Order: sequence, then C-alpha cells, then structure tokens
Amino acid sequence: MLVSIYRYNPEIDAKPIMQDIEVEIPEGKDLMVLDVLNLAKEKDPTIVYRRSCREGVCGSDGMNINGQNGLGCITPLSEAVKPGKKLVLRPLPGLPVIRDLVVDMSIFYKQFEKVKPWLMNDTPAPAIERLQSQEDRAKLDGLYECILCACCSTACPSFWWNPDKFIGPAGLLQAYRFLADTRDTAAVERLAGLDDPFSVFRCRGIMNCVSVCPKGLNPTRAIGHIRTMLVAEGT
Amino acid sequence: MTTMRNISFDAVIVGGGGAGMRAALQLAQSGFKTAVISKVFPTRSHTVSAQGGITCAIASDDPNDDWRWHMYDTVKGSDYIGDQDAIEYMCSEGPQAVFEMEHMGLPFSRTESGRIYQRPFGGQSKNYGKGGQAARTCAAADRTGHALLHTLYQGNLKNNTVFLSEWYATDLVKNQDGDVVGVVAICIESGETVFVKSKATVFATGGAGRIYASTTNALICTGDGAGMAMRAGYPMQDMEMWQFHPTGIYGAGTLVTEGCRGEGGYLINKDGERFMERYAPNVKDLAGRDVVARSMVLEMLEGRGCGDEGDHVMLKLDHLGEDVLNAKLPGILELSRTFAHVDPVKEPIPVVPTCHYMMGGIPTNVNGQALTQNRDGVEQPIPGLFAVGEAACVSVHGANRLGGNSLLDLIVFGRAAGKHIEQMLQQGLEQRQASDSDVEMAMSRLARMNESTSGESVPVLRKELQTIMQNYFGVFRKGEFMQEGIKKLEVLRQRIDNVHLTDKSNTFNTARIEALELENLFEVARATAISAEARPESRGAHARDDFRERDDENWLCHSLYFPEDKKVGKRAVNFSPKTVDTFEPSVRSY
Repeated sequence: MLVSIYRYNPEIDAKPIMQDIEVEIPEGKDLMVLDVLNLAKEKDPTIVYRRSCREGVCGSDGMNINGQNGLGCITPLSEAVKPGKKLVLRPLPGLPVIRDLVVDMSIFYKQFEKVKPWLMNDTPAPAIERLQSQEDRAKLDGLYECILCACCSTACPSFWWNPDKFIGPAGLLQAYRFLADTRDTAAVERLAGLDDPFSVFRCRGIMNCVSVCPKGLNPTRAIGHIRTMLVAEGT
Repeated sequence: MTTMRNISFDAVIVGGGGAGMRAALQLAQSGFKTAVISKVFPTRSHTVSAQGGITCAIASDDPNDDWRWHMYDTVKGSDYIGDQDAIEYMCSEGPQAVFEMEHMGLPFSRTESGRIYQRPFGGQSKNYGKGGQAARTCAAADRTGHALLHTLYQGNLKNNTVFLSEWYATDLVKNQDGDVVGVVAICIESGETVFVKSKATVFATGGAGRIYASTTNALICTGDGAGMAMRAGYPMQDMEMWQFHPTGIYGAGTLVTEGCRGEGGYLINKDGERFMERYAPNVKDLAGRDVVARSMVLEMLEGRGCGDEGDHVMLKLDHLGEDVLNAKLPGILELSRTFAHVDPVKEPIPVVPTCHYMMGGIPTNVNGQALTQNRDGVEQPIPGLFAVGEAACVSVHGANRLGGNSLLDLIVFGRAAGKHIEQMLQQGLEQRQASDSDVEMAMSRLARMNESTSGESVPVLRKELQTIMQNYFGVFRKGEFMQEGIKKLEVLRQRIDNVHLTDKSNTFNTARIEALELENLFEVARATAISAEARPESRGAHARDDFRERDDENWLCHSLYFPEDKKVGKRAVNFSPKTVDTFEPSVRSY
C-alpha cells in the first residue's frame, strides 16, 4: 500500500515534504499503523518516530493518522484508511517538529507540571495505607488512566492558540484527578492556581479531546467539574 | 575528547522505569543532585505495561497474612536458587514500601473496608503452603504498573529530580583502578555525546525480552545495562533463566495478566478440557508460571492445541460475567478486542507462552551494589556501580519469578539502593576521576558505528538473532540444539560487528540507537545461550529434554557468566536469612 509520511530533517531539509513510500502489507492481516511504519523504516531507516510498548499504554506514538490524532500501535489500518486509499501520517499538530513524526513536547509537559500533578496531603500518614471507600476510589476512574500521549491537547484549537497559557485537556484532566481524590487536601491551593482567564476558561467545549482520546477518556467533563468547583469557590 | 561536554551529579540512574525512579526519588528527597537518564520519556518505560499487581503481605484480604508465608512461596517459586536473605528483605520490607506508594497517591483499587484490594495470583499460599490459596497481589484494576510508574514520576517531579529524557547511555566509563566513574550518553534530540559523571551509577535498565521473536516486552527492552556491564567485563548471573508467561496473546505477543486466572479464568485445550487439572491437581491454573507454560506446550505437542495449526490454547473468562470483567479487568477487554479480535465477555482469548521476564542479570547484594569476582574468585562490589530491578539479579526470583513479585522487587530494591547510596554520600563518597583515554575507551563503540561505510542492516540481523533464540533457547531446551544455536550466534556476531549505519545525522537518529541496542541484545543472547548450555539439569524456567530432573547435588547454585572468556562458573545461593529459619529445598509441586 502507499504510505505518505511527513518528512523533515532540519540538518538537510529547508522545509518539510510529504514522501510516498510503497509498503508491502502481508496478505489477510489487519496491521496496526505502527507495524506499517516499522515496515517502512526497514526500507528507509531514516524515517523517525517514537514508539515503545506497542500496545497502547505508554503513549509514545501519538501521531496524526489521515487527519485524526491517535496512537499508531492500536489503530488498525482498517480503521485508519478506506481500502485502496493512501495512509497519511503527520506529526501531532501544533507542536514544533524535531524531525519527521517526532514533535517537541516540552510545552505539553510544562502545562502538565503546572497543575502540581502529585498527591498533597498535610495530615500525618498512617502506619498502613490511607483508607478510601470504593465509591471514592471510583471517582478516579476515567482520570488516572491518562498516558500523556498528547493526542488530546494537540487536537485542541484553544491549545494551538495559547499553548503557553491554556493548560489544555491533558493537564486539566490530571488537575481534576487530584481534585477528585479524597486523599488530597490541597483543593483550595489547586483551584487558586487555576483561577485566571486562561488556565481553564480557554476551553470552549469543542470536545476534540474527547473524540480523539485513545483511552476513551473525557477531559471536557473533567474541565466542566473544575469550572463548577472554581465557581463554587466564589472567585 | 577534551571537547566533549561533562556534566556531573551525586547519583545518576540509567533507566526511568519503576526501579530507577524509586531509587531516584529516595536520593532526590534527601536533597542529593540526582539525574535519571532515560531513552524514553519516563512514563513510557516498560513498567507501564505491568497489569495484575504487586504482591505483598499487607494483610488486607487476610488480616492474618504474614510476610514469611510470602517468603516461603517466593523461595519455592524460585526452585530454591533465590537468595533467602534477599527474599527475606523484600517480603519483610515490602509492606512499608507499598504503603509509601499509596501515600504518594497510587490509586489502588479498594476493598469494602477501604483497604487496598488484593487478588489471588499463581504460586501464592497461606501458612507455608498448608493453608490454601492466598490473595496477596495488590492491584489498581489491571493497570497497576501504569499507576505505579506515573505515581513515581509525579513524586520525582515534586522532588526536583533532573530528567535527561530521551538520552541514551552507550557505555560505562571505568578508570584504571576499575572504578565506575559514570557513563557516556547521547542526547537523542541533538545527537550530542556527553560524559555524565557521577559518584554512584545505578543501572535500572530493565530486561531484554527482545532477544526472542515472541515477547510481551516493549520494543525498548534491549538489555542496555547488561550490554554495558558485559562490555566492561563484569559477570552476569543466572542468564539461562527466562520466564515464558503462559498468556501472551497468540500472534501479537501482548500480555494478558495472570490476574485473569486469579479472578477465576482458566485455560482450555481444543477439546474444551481444563487441562491444568491434570498437571497441577491442587492449584490448577494458579501453579507457577514455568509449570503452566510447560503444560501448555505439552498440550500442543500432544495434538490438543487450538486452531488450524494447533499452536495455541484458549483462556476462558466469559463465565465471570460482564460486570466482574469490566470492574476488575477492563484493560484486558481492551487489549483482547484490539489484538486478538475477540470479546472476552463472550469468547475465550487465544494465548501462547511468550517470553516475559529475565530472572538473571547483574549480580548484586541487597544494597544494590553490583558484584564481581577478582582473579582469585573472591566476590567484591564494583566501586561506583549499582543495579536494581529486572536488570539486576539480587536474586529474589531465582529460576522462576512469581507473578506480582517484579513490581515489589522494583520498589523495594530501588528504595534500598537509594538508601544505601544516600548513606555513602553522607559519609563523603567522592567523585572518582577518569582520564581522557578512559573516556575514549567508552566512546570507541560509538565512534566505530559512526564511521561504518558498508555492511548489513540492523533489522535483518535483529530478526535473525530473535529467531535463533526462539528456536534453540525456548521453553524446552536440549544440549545438541543449544550447541548448534551457540554456533549460529557466533556466526551472527561477525555479521553484527560489520553492521552498517546508513543514517549518520545527529537529530533524533533512532537508527543509530537501534544499532547500539542490537549489540546489547546480542551480548544478552550470547550470555543466555552459553549459560543455558552449561546448566545440565531442569530447574524452574530452565527445562531440558536431556536432563529432566533437578540436580541439587551439583546445581543448587547460581550460574555466573564471565563475558571476557565466555565461561560459566558457579556462585553459592544464600541460605541464611537473618530472622527466620532456612527454607530447605524440597520437591516442588503445585
């Protein structure tokens, strides 16, 4: 099949190009997009992309597949592209490209770090674990599973526009993961850190984040909860 | 060489998985200048793929649970070549290490009373094997590794650990006195080569499952620490011991957790028979992993495998009901639908034993200090070098690891090494110095690769290596086949020496990294092959057709592979725990 790959090596290329490569797909197999890339790299070792677990849990191979952000390793060809059509692979949009499909994720990580993504609890820790009811623990489902692949934030127009000031769906999902954790005692401090016109409120409810999340998570809903908490704080 | 940039730290941890980040956390918390070199962003390390949980006697499921019972299971699981002082340390320190993780925010699943949820796993018992099946594996649904790794990354962020993310350590720098002074590393993004100096260098580089064609391991599991250690001349322990996990998804190799069987799932052959009842009448599907994997292969060899080729068996889960599967095994439903195209709620999952875990590694003591032997065979720590996690062989897993013990190994020994280095630094551990020629030595491999003008390509050689290992050093082994395999490896070695790097660019050159990884894979494969051929008995994961019995008289010991002369020696197993009586070797049945 024909695969069109975004190519850019700053050492040689003045500007990026889309390069077509013919890849032999084994008969009767529905390969994942990452498998196709691996086959392409066997032909041309200069093609560059990130990958690690190849099973959708490490978040390395977020990329733009025929116009939609997703993970190469769990996107089957049958889902990515109609029979007979070209597979088109581009880097995640909105972040600087380092080379080929590899983007510079610094600003994405910086926004993640801004929400202080660690548990804060100012009471002395017990000799065993802190207790938490099954109902309270269930509040973290749909939040803690994030793999930081950046598919959501790089599909978000508000993040494209203000990547330095709007935390973006991934960071905000984590902000809510700690706000929702009954073991965390820093809600007031956390909310104060988010209370400005950009950090949260630049979300316009476009919901691209929800439609692309490869783990089926819902950052828009989490952002809604944060808004409600900010309003309830009366600030 | 003098133009190369130097950076220095109190401690440098190579590897950003569970063990590395736990060690880093310990040191960063105490204010030491700590760096983690990781070839991927840390949360993309292979720990993230661990599913079922972390085994530890926290006495949640059973208030009377006892770490000594866990120790008994682990010693028995190891087929008696796990070091009992190390197993004692892991099982007794475990609860504290797990509670610390919970305090840091790890989102464990919960029981009705709000404690950490524990599920049954293979090889677990109460009361030293006499009290029936235990449920000792602490779980965050079936995403425990993900939850643990992210929690550790978060803890390190909070404590200002320096992350050299997407940097790749190529070789150790060793001075003329034999001290480890640091590593040479490439910043993958820029291609810059840097000498990273440290008072203590910790290898937490994980396993090397990619030496096999079929593995549950991530693409990054290439034995980089083992490769670096062997090139520096240091020995490797128990490298013949590789765990084949019973339930890798047929065709894809992705793991489905032992927790599936812990929650009540079981294996069936083509006749629909629950065959583990024949092989392990007492605990059936929850026998040790080596036992279950071998039973599966025997079923297939005897013509009771499933599918047109009879080359797999089935894992049945549908009888557990959709609600239980959604609550306890949501990740497994996802993986099965994606990679096996089956819905476990309705139909069984095709599975096959798949390379999963390296029990062997760099020998260490309980403080994580890497060990070697001097010319007279006297054991001594390597100054400046530590190893933790799957890269190390401390040895708590011996000849067969129990499910859920790897995550515990990571946090207990990551923490222990961190604490020991902390103490050494407080006592004034100094930076050892290296000369330009020492550094040049460490650079030589990279230089050779960068100057290659012709030769073979990495993917072709890698595939051949994986095929040799799969065919000659799999679940069942035989002397003459292994000797043939070793010969094939030596031929391959010459071809790998002649590998050609076509892409010489600096920016994010992953072809260069893969070429460097291939050499590490080869070192690990050769150590595995030679160690396996040298152990003429069947023990734990090492099953030989030509030596079917365990030979305690001659081989109740570790193997020690010396890379310089490619010879295998023996090392005594520790049978002297400090606070409990020795668990004496006995017949291992489930």
